[in-house]
Order: sequence, then C-alpha cells, then structure tokens
Amino acid sequence: MIGSPDVIVIGSGVVGAMCAMQLAESGLAVTVVEEGFGGGGSTGAAMGHIVVMDDSAAQRDLAAHSRARWGEILPTLPVDPSYDQCGTMWLAADDEELAIAGARAAAYTAAGVGAEVIDAHSLAALEPALRPGLAGALLVPGDGVCYPPAAARGLLMRAQAAGATLLQGTAASITTGRVVMADGSKLHAGAIVIAAGIGSNRLIPALPIVPRKGHLIITNRRPGMVRHQLVELGYLASAHGMGAASVAFNVQPRPGGQLLVGSSRELVGFDASINRELCGRMLTRAISMLPDLAAAAVWRTWTGFRPATPDSLPLIGKWLPVDGVWIAAGHEGLGITMAPGTADMIVASIMGTPAPLDIAPFDPCRAMPAHEAFA
Amino acid sequence: MSVRCREVDVAVVGAGPAGLAAAAAAAEAGRRVLVIDQSPRAGGQIWRHRDEGSLGRVPRALLARVASAGVTVLTGTTVVDAVSPRQLLVEGVDGVEVIDTTALVLATGARERFLPFPGWTLPGVAGVGGLQALLKGGTSFRGKRVVLAGTGPLLVAVAAALADAGARLVLVAEQAPWRRVTGFALHAFTNAGRLRDALRYRWAFARTPYVTDAWVTAADGDTRLRDVEVRTSRGTRTVDCDWLGCAAGLVPTIELAQLLGCTVERDRVRVDSMQSTSVTGVWAAGECTGVKGDAAALAEGEIAGRAAAGDTPGATSAALVRARDDGRLLGARIDAAFSLRAELLNLAAPDTIICRCEDVRRDAIDPAWTPRQAKLWTRVGMGACQGAVCGPACSALFGWAANTVRAPLGAPSCGAWQAALTPPALPGPPSPVRQAPEVDPHQGPAD
Repeated sequence: MIGSPDVIVIGSGVVGAMCAMQLAESGLAVTVVEEGFGGGGSTGAAMGHIVVMDDSAAQRDLAAHSRARWGEILPTLPVDPSYDQCGTMWLAADDEELAIAGARAAAYTAAGVGAEVIDAHSLAALEPALRPGLAGALLVPGDGVCYPPAAARGLLMRAQAAGATLLQGTAASITTGRVVMADGSKLHAGAIVIAAGIGSNRLIPALPIVPRKGHLIITNRRPGMVRHQLVELGYLASAHGMGAASVAFNVQPRPGGQLLVGSSRELVGFDASINRELCGRMLTRAISMLPDLAAAAVWRTWTGFRPATPDSLPLIGKWLPVDGVWIAAGHEGLGITMAPGTADMIVASIMGTPAPLDIAPFDPCRAMPAHEAFA
Repeated sequence: MSVRCREVDVAVVGAGPAGLAAAAAAAEAGRRVLVIDQSPRAGGQIWRHRDEGSLGRVPRALLARVASAGVTVLTGTTVVDAVSPRQLLVEGVDGVEVIDTTALVLATGARERFLPFPGWTLPGVAGVGGLQALLKGGTSFRGKRVVLAGTGPLLVAVAAALADAGARLVLVAEQAPWRRVTGFALHAFTNAGRLRDALRYRWAFARTPYVTDAWVTAADGDTRLRDVEVRTSRGTRTVDCDWLGCAAGLVPTIELAQLLGCTVERDRVRVDSMQSTSVTGVWAAGECTGVKGDAAALAEGEIAGRAAAGDTPGATSAALVRARDDGRLLGARIDAAFSLRAELLNLAAPDTIICRCEDVRRDAIDPAWTPRQAKLWTRVGMGACQGAVCGPACSALFGWAANTVRAPLGAPSCGAWQAALTPPALPGPPSPVRQAPEVDPHQGPAD
C-alpha cells in the first residue's frame, strides 16, 4: 500500500514520463502507473523527430515551444538520448512545391521559427545523395532527432529523482480521485493524468483516439550519406488523409550512421504485422529520392501505432465529464516533439498557474470533425 | 532492378548434409529441385571446402549424386523473405529472384554459440567453427600457439585439424567432467567408425594435453590475445597463446522457420516422423531441428526430400529411419554428456561487453527486465548481427527466449527487397496451398 499521491499519471511513454517529471519537479507527489515499461509503446516504435510542423498555428506553436524546451531538457537527462540537431529538409519536387516551401518559410519566420528556402544547387551540395532534378527545399535547422525509448527512460529517472513513484500494473478504470487497478487494488489522488496514448480510450471510451499504424525500416550504417532529416513536402498531405493506406518519403540519419526510412499510415486496428506491399511502396519512394539507398542493407523492420485524433491535434487539458481528470494523449506522430509543451500545460492546469501556451485548441472536450474511423 | 522468377517443385534451403540429401532424394523422385545456400560452395559448415579434392568420400559421393540427379544449386544466395511457404525471395550476386515452389525443405543448419567472458572480444578469440573456417579458407596456423576450450566432439575434431595444419596446440580444455566424457565415449565408440575417427583425431594432437573439468575463465591482451586464464580441478593458471578457439555448442538456425510460422520448441523446429513441420508444405531436416551431427542430418534430409517429393513409402524406409534414430540418439547423448556447466553461463563480468555490435556491457542490463525492455533501453541485439551472436548469450545469462522474427531476413539490400515487393514481382495474396503429400497422423512427433 502506498500513500495517496497528489497526482497519478497513467502511462509512461514520452508524454507520460514528461508529465511525471515536470509535476514531480514542481513539488507534487506523483505516482506513475505503467503496465509495461517506460517508452515501450508508441514511443518505442517512433522515429524520434523533434520537428516543428505547421499544419495549423496551434500545432506549430506547441511544437516550437516544445522544441525549445527539449533543448533545455535533453542535456540534463541521466541517460544519453542520442540527440542530433540535424535539421529538417522539406524537399520540393517542382516549382509549385518550391512556392509552397517559400510560403511556409515566411510563416515559420513570422512565428519566430528559423527557416530558409534552399535552391536546387545548394540542396545538391548539402545533400549530394538526393536524386538530381529537385527544385529545392525548405530547411528548418533547429529540428532534430533523438532516441525516444532512452529519452522516456531518462525522463522517468529524473521524475524518480524528484520523488515520483513507479507502479507496475494496469489501470482498469478511473473515477474522480480514484484509479482501480486490474488486480482490484485502488489508488487515490487529487488529480489523475491519462497519458496512455493509444490505450487512453480503454479508460475513457469517449476519447476520440484511433491507432494509426506506421512501418519503419532501418538500414545498416551509412555514415554521412544523409545529413538532415529528409521529408517530402507532400508529407503533410499524407498525414492528413484518413482514407486508404498512404506512404510518404521520410529518411533520418541516426546517430549511429544508420538510416531510418519511413513512413506509412494505415487504419487497421491493432494488427502489428508487416505489410510487405506498403514496405515495397515506402522503399520505392525512398529509393526514387535517394538512389544510393538501394545498396543499403535492411537490418530490421517494425510497426507502431500513432494515437490519432480526428483533427490531428492532441488532447490536452481537463476532462470535464469526470472531475479531477486530465488528458495528455492523442499526439499522433508528434508525441516526442510535443511532450514538453504538453507537460507544461498539464502542470499549469493542475496547479492553476499561467500556461506558456493557449491550451484552448487542445481541449479534449472540443468539437471534432466526424469521421467513421472514430465512430 | 529486375526480378527473375523461377518455378520449381521442391526448394531446399541450405546445402549442408541434410539439404543436399533432401535435394538428391527429391530429384531422384522426379521433381524439379532447387537448393539455395549462402556460401560460395555447397557443403554447409561441416563440409566447407575450397576444392572438391579436399573433401571426404561421403560428401564427394553426395555432391555427385546431387549433380547427376539434375538438382540446381544456387550458391552465394540468401533467402531474404518468404511471402508464403510457396514463395521465397532470394538475393544473390546477380540480384533478386522469386522462387515459386510446391514444397519447401528447411535445412538451415546451426551456428556457434558464444558465451561472453572477460576478453572474449579480443582479436585472436574465435569459435572453433570460426577457426576451422579460417583454416579451410587458407589462414596459416603453422607454429601458432592455440588453446581450444569448451565442450563436445567438435573440440577434438578441430584440434586434430589444427594440429595437422602445423599449429602448436597448447591445450584442449573440455569443460565436462571426466566421468561424463568417458561414459559418452563408451557408448559412442561401440560404433567402429566413430572409434576410428576419435583415435585418429586424438593421435593427431597426441602431444597436447586434453584436460576434462577445465575451462577458460578470461582472455587477456592489449590489442590482441596474449594469454588465457584456465581453471582446472587443480586451480587456475595462465596459458600464453596466439589463438583461442571456443566451443560452447551450436544453436539451430530457425529464423526462416519462425517467419513461416512453423512451431518451434526449445529453439528448434518441431518435426514429425516424416520431418514435416507444423506448416503444410514445409519440411525440415538436419541441425535446425536439433543438433545431432551429420549422420542423422543425412538421414533426415533423405526422409524430408522423399516426403517433400510425395514419396511417402520411401520416406519411411526402415534403414533410413534407423540411421536417423541412431543419429538422434547420439545427439541426445552428446547433449547430456557435454551440457554446459553453470559456471560457464556466468563468466561475464559487469563490464564485459555482451553485445559487440552496440557495445552493451553486462551491467547495463537489469536481469529483471523483459528482453524487449532491455533491447529498447540499451539497444542490445540491435546492431549488425541483429542478435545472432548476443541472442544465445543473453538466453544463457538472462533466460531470454529466442528472438521474434519479422521480414526481411538476412539483411537484403533495400533495392532487392523493394524490387521483390513491387508488382508484378510481388505475388498477390498467397494462393491456396496445393494438396501436400499425405502424412500419417498417427505417427506422432518424433522429436
């Protein structure tokens, strides 16, 4: 039997671990409930990009704030999160896409996020392995990549150093002030934060979160072949659609010299099997952009489930139907990026202090576009 | 990259004794047979050779049989994916091929187990199989001081080969107790051929001590091996040497069977008395079904080849079944006599590297963690070998089960896998498996 903490955080992926750390370091007594191990869910399958996306102003502001906060947090973690500020190169295939890159660069700059348009010549010099004929790129130099399971583990270690308790077990149900565990035991706390990613709607079925499956392929070590995270500008279009399976070009240089090749999006429930046809499409696209990739060896493939919401924004804040419950979930492919800002808003909301960002766009009770995937 | 397609009746993966026997048997039953092997030459690990003249009578005869039966042998080729038991994707120097087959025989063999101990990553330390491969590959051991340590008959066979090649064999340390070694010998040497082999091997290194109840606890050296620490019943001593060959047993290679969904028990492919796996249309033979030596592998291959060709009565021929069962019995005796002592499983010091691809030390892993947790938190098993070396080591140290398997296998090039997965090369959803030869359901699993 443990004493009643101030806050129970359910889930210790990177979002839950970040919330636990920040709540504990704010002086609250925190208990973290985890059924597996920290970073073992979607976090452990993620690419680990810390990237400012600008699908909407709310997304961009949360990502930009979070990226800056990661810059403070990552160097302090007790395990090496393999952070590399490699920058993101958004590739424009033609002049039409280059015009989009220009508009996005202007929007980033206006929002205080460093970004520049790279012409075809400079792009070929910066990323010589890319195929010839690209029109240019949008470079966001402040973006980076990390190794998410190590980051989650490091955050949990810091949370524990600040007094947080880790409890291994499965939360079965919640009501105001109380978590009932699968083994029948009960935990009590003034506040409950649900940060269980794709498992969050097991506890609150009304949360509009579906698992959006992705495939990743990692190669042997090809140091220096790719220098920035490479993404096609069409990526956002792929990320948008909730329809049939889609793929988009996304390649990261990992700190060990391996190349991490993404990405795919599918709505197939929790089927974790490898879809060879999608792997083939991902590789076709990646090799068309990076011809030398054809010679790299595939070391491993895996799949993961992004916690997706109907409007592509996470669910962060008070869950009004049950008093004393907060949600920090539904970050889809940006959970690693957005963890610090998410935790900042959760801390502010629980402690009643001013938040560094407007929390309203992320209100978990907001109206959402209807979609059959969430029916 | 263009993708060729090839249609055969029986595909055999692995060209060691079991695979070659299976291929010959299936081809002699009139089937179109293809054998696929990673090595540049057929023969497997045990019959690795540079020219056929150096081979013994049995392998030469089998290779001749394979050739005259019209088997196609595809060497230097790796199976990188199996879309279904009927469709293999293979990559070789000439690119990628889709093999469309009616029946599949897995004869994927086994690989050496490495148990980490302080200094095991030093240059100069290798598996005995690795030393044998170096020797056969042309590396000179003339005048080199060699210590062999570990367990089992392989230790003796490699000792003889190294001595024949002019190595200065300093010590052969067998970890099993003297009583178990002699007990095994009394049984095994009732067979005249085995006794003859054993005497010939021992004669070859007659001047080198063969010590039982002895094992290497550490290797030392600056940039390469300088000496090893040997523990015997009389205490611990340091032995200077240039090479250390370790024999901690063999681990069945089962990844392709796992990918196909074949039932695996105790890290070996489960087969019935006809060498049939749990998956219709897939047979398995040789060390991948449990390590038991080349005599049993030859018999198992023969049975599997005939069964895969639909020759059910041939596969149950009494002489074949007897040869297989004799071999399996010998395998079981080897397992029992040369089982690894607990001290060997636990030689790694806290700072000993467990995973050399990702530089993971033993003390980085909490034994209470699940394998997946350890992998994600420390990256153990995530490097070039994908756990082929450290997986069995972690099984010994932490009790982990065999790795789970996902496509692709064997690190194909992105281009090869992409080409094979892209229409029209990628076959659609697997067509229903054609009726496989009948298997007597009353004959239970033989293993």
